[in-house]
Amino acid sequence: MVLSILSGQRWFGYLRWWLVFAGCLLPLGWMIWSAVNNRLGADPAQELVLLLGLWAMRFLWMTLAVTPLRQLLGWGWLQRFRRMLGLYALFYALLHLLAFLTFILGWRADLILVELSKRYYIVAGLAALILLIPLGITSTQGFQRRLKKNWIRLHRLSYLAAVLVLVHYLMQIRASYAEHLFYGMLLLLLLGYRVVKWQKKKNSKISATNG
Amino acid sequence: MMLINKPPDIKSSEITPESVYRQRRLFMKSVAAGVAMLASPSLLAIPNYPKPGDRHYPGPEWLQQMIRQGSNERVFATDEPMTPYVDVTGHNNFYEFGIGKRDPLEHAQEFRTDPWKVEISGEVSKPGQYTLEDILKPHTLEERIYRLRCVEAWSMVIPWIGFPLGDLLKRFEPTGNAHYVEFVTLHDPEQMPGQRSSFSTIRWPYVEGLRMDEAMHPLTIMAVGVYGDALPPQNGAPLRLVVPWKYGFKSIKSIVAIRFHEQMPDTSWNLAAPNEYGFYANVNPQVNHPRWSQATERRLPSPFFNPNRIDTQLFNGYAEEVASLYQGMDLRQWF
Ligand code: HEM
Repeated sequence: MVLSILSGQRWFGYLRWWLVFAGCLLPLGWMIWSAVNNRLGADPAQELVLLLGLWAMRFLWMTLAVTPLRQLLGWGWLQRFRRMLGLYALFYALLHLLAFLTFILGWRADLILVELSKRYYIVAGLAALILLIPLGITSTQGFQRRLKKNWIRLHRLSYLAAVLVLVHYLMQIRASYAEHLFYGMLLLLLLGYRVVKWQKKKNSKISATNG
Repeated sequence: MMLINKPPDIKSSEITPESVYRQRRLFMKSVAAGVAMLASPSLLAIPNYPKPGDRHYPGPEWLQQMIRQGSNERVFATDEPMTPYVDVTGHNNFYEFGIGKRDPLEHAQEFRTDPWKVEISGEVSKPGQYTLEDILKPHTLEERIYRLRCVEAWSMVIPWIGFPLGDLLKRFEPTGNAHYVEFVTLHDPEQMPGQRSSFSTIRWPYVEGLRMDEAMHPLTIMAVGVYGDALPPQNGAPLRLVVPWKYGFKSIKSIVAIRFHEQMPDTSWNLAAPNEYGFYANVNPQVNHPRWSQATERRLPSPFFNPNRIDTQLFNGYAEEVASLYQGMDLRQWF
């Protein structure tokens, strides 16, 4: 009896994991479907680059939302998906770069060199991506165990990566900054939460030593 | 007038019978290589562009007739294939109707383009309010196939229907003090959702300007049609500027005022980001925009695995015609 409930829960856990895993692929599936069916407008190459970048940013923000949501709302189950969301952010960012290099620059070395060094908004994006890669590699439980405290320190680099992504995004403002303001405020909340927590911890430490 | 909402997946081969299409390509090839040319009258009769099919914008009846005649008067062409109608009318930077490239197509269809008035003022002997009919009446419309180079490093080839701007400006008898011309787009937040946004970096209405000699140059035209039809709203109906050797944002759309000035007028993008957009905005592969290298461009349509990247030409390939306007000027300083 007890066993069957337990295995039922386990089964539900698996199902949820696979659902989230598949759900995160939906944006990509939709992009591919739209591209194949010619639904991306007159410049589908550019549209794909933008969509992939947008989803990379969204997944990164979602990754950073796991801890606050878990702590504020008590959603402990979210924790299981943090690594997956982070890896999806990296995955979409890599596709974003790949799409840019292939569809926009056509792998022309001279253009790649200029774009990746002279366009400051791209330099910011590149820096963010370079930070995300080691985080992706060390995201496994094995590394988590091996690096112990250092793992947490290392993965705080995701904050810096997020700020660089925001810089990358803000530097592209043209006629309107409505969406930029939205994603900027979200990141401000996500990082602000950490600053507040950290301040509180420091204060309580100080009062503890005073007491 | 409503556009029939066809799914955007019509291939140009479906719009045009393949034979006509090939004939067109042949015609294009037969045109002597070169940047631009004056077509000989015998070639003018060939309707060598893909017809819009049912996705087209007729515009007012009276204008339609003028445009029909105009599309038989091809006076300027290039040897490059034209960008398909669906792309020319479905990929627009017209921020009054939204920031996405498809937003203008989606949000501009109810835009009222008739009746239309243009205010003429400043350093002229004949200022006043003119109806679009008054504006167009004395002019013979003609077709010009021009390259359009966007500052965002993509480009198109577009058959415009219009007339030389200089012919229009002369009618208002500019005074000796008229050194610059300013153009103003309609300001109507009710019809233009982009003008209602609180997050716009552009101060409405959109304004642009030309030096008098640029405005009088025979390549500079006022367009009222495209692809043998009236301009659809997303392309700047009913009256827009086309200056083919400058970045696209200079070619201001839906014009309601033309003002003559002694001093250089403000221009919208220059006000929004002076380090990125200059008054002149001449296409120049040597002078980069901070965000886009201007050395090359993607000619649309740009297939996924063959981005169709070509070298950008000085003055968008019209150097022979316009370089003399800028003799002795440092084009890096006056970008
Ligand atoms: C080498 C790395 C990168 C390159 C070369 C790159 C390049 C680009 C380019 C060319 C654009 C389009 C700009 C335009 O045409 O207006 C863009 C937009 C964007 N990129 Fe990146 N990017 C990189 C890394 C990233 C990363 C790591 C992220 C996020 C995790 C990201 C998120 C975005 C976003 C959100 C946009 C704007 C999308 C929109 O406007 O809807 N990029 N990027």
